[in-house]
Amino acid sequence: MIVALLPRLTLCLMAAPVLAGVGGTLFPALAGGGAGFRTLAAWPGLPRAAALSLGTGLASTALALLLCVTILAALHGTPAFDRLRRRLAPLLSVPHAAAALGLAFLIAPSGWIARALSPWATGWTAPPDLLILNDPFGVSLTLGLLAKELPFLLLVALSSINTAQAQRRMTTAATFGYGRVSGFLLTVLPDLYRQLRLPVYAVLAYAMTSVDMAMILGPTLPPTLSQQVVLWRMVPDLTQQTTAAAGAVLQLALVLAALALWRGVERLSRHALRLWATAGHRAAALDAPVRWIANVTASGLALALGLGLGALALWSVAADWRFPALLPATLDLRGWRVALPDVLPATATTLAIALAATLPALGLVLGCLEAETRHGLSATPRAMTLLYLPLLIPQVAFLPGLQTLALAIGAEGTWPAVALVHLTFVLPYVFLSLSQPYRSLDPRLTVTARALGLTENRIFARLRLPLLLAPILTALAIGMAVSIGQYLPTLLIGGGRVTTLTTEAVALSSGGNRRIIGAFALLQTLLPALAFGLALALPRLFWRNRRGVRP
Amino acid sequence: MHRRDFGRLVAGLALSPVLAGQSLAAGWDGLLVQARGQTVYWHAWGGDPKINAFIAWVGEQAQARHGVTLEQVKLAATADAVARVQAEQAAGVATGGAVDLIWINGENFAAMKTAGLLYGPFATALPNWPLVDVTGKPATVTDFTLPTQGFESPWAMAQMVFEYDTEQMKEPPQTLDAIAEWAIANPGRFTYPQPPDYLGVTFLKQVLYATLPDPALLQAPVDDATYAALTVPLWAFLDRLHPALWRGGRAFPASEPALGQLLADGEIVLSFAFNPGRASAEIAAGNLHDTIRTFTLTGGTIGNASFVAIPFNAAHQAGAQVIANLLLDPEVQARAQDPAVLGFQTVLDVAKLPFADKARFDALDLGIATLSPADLGPALLEPHASWATRIAADWTARYGVAK
Repeated sequence: MIVALLPRLTLCLMAAPVLAGVGGTLFPALAGGGAGFRTLAAWPGLPRAAALSLGTGLASTALALLLCVTILAALHGTPAFDRLRRRLAPLLSVPHAAAALGLAFLIAPSGWIARALSPWATGWTAPPDLLILNDPFGVSLTLGLLAKELPFLLLVALSSINTAQAQRRMTTAATFGYGRVSGFLLTVLPDLYRQLRLPVYAVLAYAMTSVDMAMILGPTLPPTLSQQVVLWRMVPDLTQQTTAAAGAVLQLALVLAALALWRGVERLSRHALRLWATAGHRAAALDAPVRWIANVTASGLALALGLGLGALALWSVAADWRFPALLPATLDLRGWRVALPDVLPATATTLAIALAATLPALGLVLGCLEAETRHGLSATPRAMTLLYLPLLIPQVAFLPGLQTLALAIGAEGTWPAVALVHLTFVLPYVFLSLSQPYRSLDPRLTVTARALGLTENRIFARLRLPLLLAPILTALAIGMAVSIGQYLPTLLIGGGRVTTLTTEAVALSSGGNRRIIGAFALLQTLLPALAFGLALALPRLFWRNRRGVRP
Repeated sequence: MHRRDFGRLVAGLALSPVLAGQSLAAGWDGLLVQARGQTVYWHAWGGDPKINAFIAWVGEQAQARHGVTLEQVKLAATADAVARVQAEQAAGVATGGAVDLIWINGENFAAMKTAGLLYGPFATALPNWPLVDVTGKPATVTDFTLPTQGFESPWAMAQMVFEYDTEQMKEPPQTLDAIAEWAIANPGRFTYPQPPDYLGVTFLKQVLYATLPDPALLQAPVDDATYAALTVPLWAFLDRLHPALWRGGRAFPASEPALGQLLADGEIVLSFAFNPGRASAEIAAGNLHDTIRTFTLTGGTIGNASFVAIPFNAAHQAGAQVIANLLLDPEVQARAQDPAVLGFQTVLDVAKLPFADKARFDALDLGIATLSPADLGPALLEPHASWATRIAADWTARYGVAK
């Protein structure tokens, strides 16, 4: 039975690079009797860097989850929610680097907000000397991470939430006098959070270890731990490799500690929710302020990211744009002219890699889920941990081992090899977004179909696939966005010879020319945006005369 | 030594260049045949579109003249390429390596040369090598005090120059002390890239040149016994300067381009670069206001050369040497010096070039913000690499955690 073997095959596919990565991390860190740990401990910035990793990661994830729940609780099922969703969904496709650069230009002392208020309100004729970007407490970084994580969590929540069931429960709660918010928290959230848990863990691990966003928005004296690990890896005489490896091990430990802490808070929250439920407070007065917070913060974040991207777009065509002018004095297309010769091949490679990584990932995930359904298998916690390991291990710790592996088999430097490694990062996200919708399918449909004499293959092709059209397309779009945004794997496995929009944009971002950064960031945003646009539009088109399954 | 022997020796010396030239020419022709049709992967920092465009133009020349295809692999940092060759060596890839040519100097070169990761010597055998000004520009054969021994070939000279906005600063200061005085009087309008960024470390080295009792000490490795005492004035200078820097010294720009962007945004008024033609080129490209001018310090500023090197396992060593030689071509060098293109200083001895080639350089309009070679002042040699490592590490220990 080929289908029955797919879960094991997939796990092997995920486990092999993970093991290589872990080996590649531990070995140099332990080499020389742990000398790397001694130099790491001697680094004066260590306590602050570790605290920053924990602080920005936990704060941004907690805020993102809180806002996500707030928005769902206050607005789910209302017309305002659809408007909000349309505003937030496109933001998911914005690559981290582009979002960070856009935000940076918005809030920097020479940025758009300062320009809009100068000189009439502030009296500034030169940019004020304020430490807003790269602030030592990582506030800018936390905001940037939040702006990227909230749309992700919201979209995953939306693809997991069972709308009809949620409506029934909230109606029941309402008849008992519960407010919208309290009804949602007590009757819908417990089920929903079970499905959100792994995405939240992935977000937490990512937020703690993100390098590209931290480089642009994060503190520099000292930087976050992951960023410092990358800096050590880049030291030309290669003397800091063991320190980098030790730092990566510490980063891994920090991520695991943060996850343990998170689980503890989960338990406390569950206990609190239970106490609330048994106490029977209706808390209807919560609704108005919560709705206000949901609307203001979500719109604010969407507006900030949108304006940031708008600013980058404007920079890409700006000729002369001095402070405090709100708009460029003159426009030209020089930035685009410089960028264009590199754009077409880079776009083709980016798209080829994204499709070559995401389509097999989708096939494997569908196969695994189908095997679960047909053979009554269920993913053990150990299998799930293996599957999500690539999202929980910091990339800086993971990739050197993979690179050595690729070199040993002579596969590096080719785009299929890059796509294969992207697959490792893409598959968990695809599984993450698809597994719950798949498992939530009403089993009675299958029973009915079997009773009507359909074979398993036909049930899969005629029943499950069409019913799951929306989540499948969303998973595809998420997978493509993940692939398109990858920088380190592309650079290392591609040997620098595989040029994607992202490697090009990051290489340029160290050059500081906003005109060309603007051009590339926009293009880099366009591809995943297209994928998400299709994921939203196609099911509506396909199901335009089937209201019951329309998303 | 007998007279006759001496005569033979002289004859031999006179003859040998001819012989060497002939065998060289024959060898070079063979190399050209070998190189034709090869694709050379040049790993070069990709952060500046002007440099990328110049490399693309060199690629067109290589294709037209020698049938060699040039692909730039754009790096965020040169260390990426070094790490890559290192990884290949660790994986036992002794031939057919991914990197054919690296834009390199300083620590990266020292690291690769010491680890035996470089092919060579090849540079002194290049047909265009005799044009290089090895006496007037000693930095073309001494890379951060390390003799290059033909393991890398120079292609551009750079020197540190300060850039300032004439609208905000009337008389540019001529010494580092005067710069510090100006910065303290105008808080928040000057800064430097965060060490260990190379330009930030270059600023520290420039301060060392001004504060050491004998700057010749910089040409020898750091001496542990005297280091602490020698660097007291350096840290005292920085302690005085930092509170007056941009953001009060609680944050620093990451790199030379980030520093340049601060100047372009008007956040700072005084800046510096490792390229005397940068300001003019940026003004020409519309990225910088035309009120920016440049100056150097009394006594000179630090200068060095950019090189290309070939890894030991490069797949296309013949093609890589053809590119290295092409980069020394007077036409290519003159184009690199054109401020509308790059504004890099040439490595050639322009005075000794044939008339037609010299005319290419004479015809260049250096640009409104570029100092003439005479006004640029002396280029100080780079200190031994151990100084950079040591002061960068100490800088991080002292200032790496914001108060």
